[in-house]
Amino acid sequence: MADLGQRPVSRRTLLKGGAAVAALGGASAFLAACSGSTATTAPSAAASAAPSAAAPSAAASAAASAAAPSAAGSITFGSNYSDPVPQKAFADTMAAFTTKTGIQCTINTVEHNKFQDTINAYLQATPDDCFTWFAGYRMRFFAAQGLATDISDVWQTIGANFSDAFKTASTGDDGKQYFVPLYNYPWVVIYRKSFWQEKGYQVPKTISDFTTLGDQMKKDGLIPLAFADKDGWPAMGTFDILNMRLNGYDFHIGLMAGKEKWTDPKVVAVFQEWAKLLPYFDPQPLGLTWQEAAQKLINKQAGMYFLGTFAGQQASDQATHDDLDFFPWPLHGTQYDSEMAIDAPIDGFMVSAKAKNVDGAKAAMEFLGSPDAPNIYLKSDPNDVAANKNADTSGYNAFQKSSATIIAGANKIAQFLDRDTRPDFAGANGMQQFLQSFLKNPTQDLNKFLSGIQGFYDSLPPQ
Amino acid sequence: MSSSSVPYAPPAAAGGASPSTGRKRRKRFSLLTRRDKLTLGLMVGIPAFIHIFLIWMPTLGSIVLSFTSWNGIGGLDKIKFIGFKNYENLFSNYPPFWPAFENNLIWLGAFLLIATPLGMLMAVILDQNLKGTRIYQSVLYMPVVLSLAIVGFIAQLMYSPNMGFINNFLVAVTGDPRWTASGTAIDWLGTPGLNFAMVLIAAGWRHVGYIMVLYLAGLKSVDNTLREAAAIDGANARQTFFRVVFPVLAPINVVVLVVTIIESLRAFDIVYIINKGLNGLGLLSVLITNNILGEASLIGFGSAMAVILLLISIGPIIFYLYRTMGKEAE
Repeated sequence: MADLGQRPVSRRTLLKGGAAVAALGGASAFLAACSGSTATTAPSAAASAAPSAAAPSAAASAAASAAAPSAAGSITFGSNYSDPVPQKAFADTMAAFTTKTGIQCTINTVEHNKFQDTINAYLQATPDDCFTWFAGYRMRFFAAQGLATDISDVWQTIGANFSDAFKTASTGDDGKQYFVPLYNYPWVVIYRKSFWQEKGYQVPKTISDFTTLGDQMKKDGLIPLAFADKDGWPAMGTFDILNMRLNGYDFHIGLMAGKEKWTDPKVVAVFQEWAKLLPYFDPQPLGLTWQEAAQKLINKQAGMYFLGTFAGQQASDQATHDDLDFFPWPLHGTQYDSEMAIDAPIDGFMVSAKAKNVDGAKAAMEFLGSPDAPNIYLKSDPNDVAANKNADTSGYNAFQKSSATIIAGANKIAQFLDRDTRPDFAGANGMQQFLQSFLKNPTQDLNKFLSGIQGFYDSLPPQ
Repeated sequence: MSSSSVPYAPPAAAGGASPSTGRKRRKRFSLLTRRDKLTLGLMVGIPAFIHIFLIWMPTLGSIVLSFTSWNGIGGLDKIKFIGFKNYENLFSNYPPFWPAFENNLIWLGAFLLIATPLGMLMAVILDQNLKGTRIYQSVLYMPVVLSLAIVGFIAQLMYSPNMGFINNFLVAVTGDPRWTASGTAIDWLGTPGLNFAMVLIAAGWRHVGYIMVLYLAGLKSVDNTLREAAAIDGANARQTFFRVVFPVLAPINVVVLVVTIIESLRAFDIVYIINKGLNGLGLLSVLITNNILGEASLIGFGSAMAVILLLISIGPIIFYLYRTMGKEAE
């Protein structure tokens, strides 16, 4: 009985303990729920949890501020430059900004794809003062949603550094500027110089040269054009260039903006042309990543590869990288040949609408729009070319020089399909799977295929 | 443990003994003090709050959002009600929907009819005290400790057409370079249909081990005298298993069934890692993610799909509750 007498007491303590545990559990679950919802705004949260990313620049800026005469506050910068090379290049750039202005800059780096996936929530919650972003529809969209700060006044100062094409690419639907470009890179046909010399191949100027060369490469046991579309987006580059060659830049932009219809016979012609050229493409693109396709070019299994110049990152050593050269997509003999249009996506910077230190952020934009910024940035990341026309190009390597020449020779510059149209249409739920369905079955009824695309576009909510 | 309670039913005996001692005490503590009430209130209230807040609110929220159009930007006042339009678009203007719906059912079928029976078979074989049974168990169980995302990475390394293990292995064995050459290689992940089968194999590899462990634990708890009795009655091995062991393991069977259904319906990571559910690998869970997350932010449209997935999930949930609640009512 003694232990019976004990039991109520123990039961009671048990109850109390249970309540405490329940309360604790509840509280932590509640906290978890709250942090769960902020976790979707990951850029700032994740970045502040990874101070190492910001540390180098913080240290640099701390050192710099000692030398700087007057410190005008500090800013924070949300960055998607998460690969080591661009990350260091950007840290160097912002350290120079701190040296020049005395404004401290903390960089919060987030993995590239994750930054993009969480951008909506990030900009609405507690974004950094400035953030890295892309020109084109993606920039105009956030400007139109009121999530970006108008920096037209900064453009009064930096405007002289940019051509009209870049100013247009930085302008929102309301005619104000919201974006400062840093660099861009062209989508081109890449090949190995030494390999082509050995085989006696010549750069094709027209599409018939291209197919003749392709036939020769096939005879030599090569895949004429490496191609990969497992991830859904690389095929967009091919669609863009064929559409711009056949129908011109204006039609392309109109199509992206929804002003032209996908059921237009002009679009049918693009897919017909593509189907005709497909025998020269790698026959099995849907199981390959662009990295694997680039390896085929580098390993001399494929003769050419149409991709952004970032394909060069796959060259494991400097000699191989130097052996890569490229040329613009061949001409199709249409009235739009003289446009020499290309996709040359622009990366740059914006100021968030919720910026705490707007003056500091604008000072940063002014610096990033000056020739100094690309000069410092491209020293550490020589895969791209400066958007700024007053930037120092004397240090360019052959790869950059070719890029700059091709971009300069293009009269019309598009961004890229998924940067020029609405993201809910371009993504994995839309164009990515439509293009894959075409590649799976290029001989399908194109009118039915294209009315499917138009039907999906029309089903999206008005913006 | 619970399985052994079925033939002997000890909990009933234990439960019968306690009320007599409890009644005495109930007199002494018939009135709950204020503190007791508070404690009890907290104990019931907090879980109830959590349950409502974390389960019912999001569920009802999804259902409400599925009738709206919202891009996730701006306040709740930006949400526009558009009736059944999301559902109409889902069924008529969104080509990936039906293939994904089908894939979910195929996944469920493949797990129910192939992977789960295979896991059970492995468990039965390993229960025979084979030599080295521990090693076999470890080998089969190993993939279970990997997340499906990791299994997805491994699958890509195996299946890549030109650089993957399988095709290069075929070259090494046959000496024929066409196995990895573009155009003649088998494109395991790029061929619609085949790629889904290969994903099911990778996911099944993990699922078999999971079921094996669950079932093996159940088999170990079966009283050996039952088998001996069956043997004396002249039952062969198959009859012993299907007529005696399998029915005794009814509670485990339900767990295995429920686990299989849950695993099939929540399938997501492996496909998302491989190619975000493109090219014939679509699943409802991936489509929901593609629409709601990222820049797309078709929150109403994604919610409509989530509601469809909820409707599919409700069947097994009701079945499970019916089984467990029904048991308790007995």
